[in-house]
Amino acid sequence: MHSRIFDMRTALALSMTLATGAAQASDIRVTGYVEPELQFFTQSASGAEQRRWNASVAAEVTFSRFWDNSSQWIVVTPFARWDRQDDHRTHVDVREAKYARAIDNWEFRIGLDKVFWGVTEAVHLVDIINQTDLVESIDGEEKLGQPMIMVSSVWEVGTFTGYLLPYFRERTFPSRSGRPAFDLPVDETQTQYESGAKQHHLDFALRYSNTFDIWDVGVSYFQGTNRNPLLLPGLDASARPVLVPFYAQAKRLSTDVQATAGAWLYKFEGFWQNQLGEQHLQATGGIEYTFYSIFDTASDVGLVAEYVWDDRGANRQNPFANDVFVALRWTPNDAASTAVLAGTTVDLDTQALGFSIEAQRRFGDDYFVSLEARFFGNVPRSDPLFSYSDDDLIQLRIARHF
Amino acid sequence: MHIRDSLKLVTAVTALLLPLSASASAEAVALPDDPAAKGLAIAEETDRRNQGFGDTKATMKMILENAYGETSERALRSMTLENPNPEEGDWTLNVFDKPRDVDGTALLTYAKILDPDDQWMYLPAVKRVKRISSVNKSGPFMGSEFAFEDFSSTEVGKYSYKWLRDELCPEPVAERTCHVTERYPLYEHSGYTRQVVWTDTTDYQGRKVEYYDRKGELLKTLTLTDYKLYESKFWRAHDLFMANVVTGKSTRLTWEEYSFGNGLTQNDFSTNALQRAR
Repeated sequence: MHSRIFDMRTALALSMTLATGAAQASDIRVTGYVEPELQFFTQSASGAEQRRWNASVAAEVTFSRFWDNSSQWIVVTPFARWDRQDDHRTHVDVREAKYARAIDNWEFRIGLDKVFWGVTEAVHLVDIINQTDLVESIDGEEKLGQPMIMVSSVWEVGTFTGYLLPYFRERTFPSRSGRPAFDLPVDETQTQYESGAKQHHLDFALRYSNTFDIWDVGVSYFQGTNRNPLLLPGLDASARPVLVPFYAQAKRLSTDVQATAGAWLYKFEGFWQNQLGEQHLQATGGIEYTFYSIFDTASDVGLVAEYVWDDRGANRQNPFANDVFVALRWTPNDAASTAVLAGTTVDLDTQALGFSIEAQRRFGDDYFVSLEARFFGNVPRSDPLFSYSDDDLIQLRIARHF
Repeated sequence: MHIRDSLKLVTAVTALLLPLSASASAEAVALPDDPAAKGLAIAEETDRRNQGFGDTKATMKMILENAYGETSERALRSMTLENPNPEEGDWTLNVFDKPRDVDGTALLTYAKILDPDDQWMYLPAVKRVKRISSVNKSGPFMGSEFAFEDFSSTEVGKYSYKWLRDELCPEPVAERTCHVTERYPLYEHSGYTRQVVWTDTTDYQGRKVEYYDRKGELLKTLTLTDYKLYESKFWRAHDLFMANVVTGKSTRLTWEEYSFGNGLTQNDFSTNALQRAR
């Protein structure tokens, strides 16, 4: 906890400094949203402190200023959530607080930033720069701001980017009263690191990317603290069983490839990783196809099918070791940007099922509403997702954008 | 999941309605007699008068109105780089401001003539650049009455042509004479069987376009007004009104803050630039 408070304070101080600097200039752009959220868990709680209902509200504001003919800019994006049940989900983060400069084919960035690598939809194997803000969503899509220095250069032969990552962010985990959660709570006061430098280990990454006709190709190398912790069994101060995060050092070589051929997208991501003296491979790939203007209406129906593979087979560290993911999305292309997305995941080893459906649309000019339901079924104890299987969820979010 | 973000927008405005621009001079143009050759020559003359524009920056607003008079607004900023290669189309980068839930979403398009365009979308919430399919020519752009192909239909080679007749132009230039030409999409996935274009004989600017759907029925009418001259050479329409005659819906698209000669280069149209576009 201590480290996180320090972390937050540093980040806030940095963002305040940048925001103050930016505030001296005239044309600062301010955008963002406030988003109340209501959650209902269909099953009674497994933990005494958990509840079936939850309410929370999130807000994110982006202050940005571009000058020097848009070749220099500062962007600061603080994020905060207040959660009625879970004091770990009540948190503040600085998603971005960066100064950047573009000169000809070069770009430099310094500060907190978010970076995404990859092409697939179900899991993001290659994406490693930012830590997951797991209390925001268990789908792993929400990320914490990462301190970095980035240099990127675009050439005829491709784009080369280097990252220096001087400070590590711990993954966020729910408290005993939070849902969805592992059956055993994660005790972040006991977090362990392989490196003696702990959070101050200097990580780095290199990336090459380019487009060859229909092919978009990326090759990346990362060396440093793995963002994905091992969760080790332990005891807390009151001798209650807990999980203790252990962050190992990893070397990871990865690639991501997409071919775009008409209405078909073909995707592949994979990595080789060396961690704690063991090597292993993970890969994912699949297709995305869109039926445009179905039945001569403006509606589109898209299909995504992907497979996820881990050469270690079914294991405690990775719930997606031999899984198939299929999703359908329907978009009528109306003025309200209505969309419905339904997806299912099947674990071919354990036959565990995950199912989700999400509907969203705009109301008026500034309100965006999304209703989401997520269910698990047939999850055996041996599956790492078992902990979540009593946390089936229906969630309503109403965002007011400004 | 990122695919839900990509729902909000589907694809792009590419080289924006460039055929509607032309030289200021009213020089006489020699046209052949054969209707197909004459229709092609008119399109080539419109295209010729826009050559050498270099690059442009502009902001766009759209007001969408449904049959009950309810409106909603779209806003974006657009940059275009002329591609000197006649075998390919221009490069365009669009950044959305409104609706606010897609603020910062950006689209990069390398237009082609008959092949599908190369297109990338940037989703700012997750900082993801995604290569997307561009075959969705006939889909609505941002829920408006404009289809994607209504924006990208600038290259002469995208159609075959037939000159129909000359007649008085539509309002507000009803005193002038227009060439009335039919054009037929040659690219795949078009939602139209044909379009009828009114081209002003004095300056070779488009004044009106009728769009006929796959069944051959009149679907939409586009009226182009408020032309302004830039660099003493290039005309741009600033008010484009698209009326759907079937549904009663309409979209008014207006351009503002047009600028030429911004010194843009290919570096401003890379996937790196897509992530920093403002």
